Amino acid sequence: MADTATQAPTDVRPPKHVVYCGVCTLPPEYCEYGGTTKKCSDWLAATHPSLHRQLYSADAAAASLSTLSVDAQKRAEKDAQKKAAKAEANEVREAEKRASSKIIIKRVERNKRKYVTEIAGLEAFGLDLKKVAKEFGKKFATGSSVTKTASGGEEITVQGDVSDEVVDWLGEHHEEIPEDNIEQVEDKKKKSAPTV
Amino acid sequence: MFKKELVAGSNKSKVKSSAQRAIRAKVLETYPRLEPHIDEILPKKEQLDLVKLPDRVSLYCLASTPLFWQHMDDAIMPHLQVVHKYPWAFSRIRIDRGAIRFVLSGATLMVPGLTSPGGRLPGDDEAGEEYGNDGKELEVGEVVVVDAEGKENACMIGVLKMGTKEMKEKKKGIGIENGHYLGDGLWKLDLR
Repeated sequence: MADTATQAPTDVRPPKHVVYCGVCTLPPEYCEYGGTTKKCSDWLAATHPSLHRQLYSADAAAASLSTLSVDAQKRAEKDAQKKAAKAEANEVREAEKRASSKIIIKRVERNKRKYVTEIAGLEAFGLDLKKVAKEFGKKFATGSSVTKTASGGEEITVQGDVSDEVVDWLGEHHEEIPEDNIEQVEDKKKKSAPTV
Repeated sequence: MFKKELVAGSNKSKVKSSAQRAIRAKVLETYPRLEPHIDEILPKKEQLDLVKLPDRVSLYCLASTPLFWQHMDDAIMPHLQVVHKYPWAFSRIRIDRGAIRFVLSGATLMVPGLTSPGGRLPGDDEAGEEYGNDGKELEVGEVVVVDAEGKENACMIGVLKMGTKEMKEKKKGIGIENGHYLGDGLWKLDLR
């Protein structure tokens, strides 16, 4: 018992508090391997300037490179550049997609003057369709599901005519979607392929 | 093991308190140095959640913080967030700087990353207190945390495929396979 008592005090320390980068979610010292180094660096300078100085100062960079051989250094640099370029290209592509993609809200006639609302195009904005569908069902007290369209995309089908309320909901909860990107269409036929 | 991105979603189930006690006991058995902190990590009163992941992996978490994961009936392993909070509670080894980028992209950890200058294995002369493990070698099948040269926080955790003694002799082969590394699918998993 005496032995464990002397060992225990050295091990009972409070948990170490780790800061995780807001951009890449890794500890800031690993940001250089993520492909978003510049953004990570900016974020860190803005939120934790002391850490930023520690990690990104000139000596830190020199110390980290010195342990690698010259070849390894060059390879590491090339890889870092390639990763950054890839990450940038991806971002540009996403931004373009967001600007051009539209959310189409259709009101389709079911039978006997009943309607169904179909909402297509939400994945381009990074929304989890299942979660959104559930929310719609709860909010409008009606059935809602995720279905596949003929063209291979997915859309949310809500029973009843809720097209206007969907527009309002999108404006309230997801303000990043500009209003011009939302289109309301009326459909006379049953389940036709969406037109962009 | 978590190279692919994961979506958790709706299958969060409560863990029965008997199972919770069993998990607690298993964790203490595998990581004895976690004992003083076990109440902070796995409080008795709090409701533990179980999330099922693809590939027969179960993840135990507390509200939205991941705690431990387990593949089938293999050893139960802590999520790297837990390791970052209590680094001294685990056996550690260190990889040299050149290996970091490979580990962070999911490659298998090979022995040269540990035996080249910059790497640290227990029982080495330069290992010191942190990596010395009191001079004991680590065996096959032990769960070990992988640190990186020049970094404060761990970058990977996994099961040893080769004992550290063998590693020093052979200097070749696979060190750790199928681990959990920083930035993998499990790390990026959003539990809300």
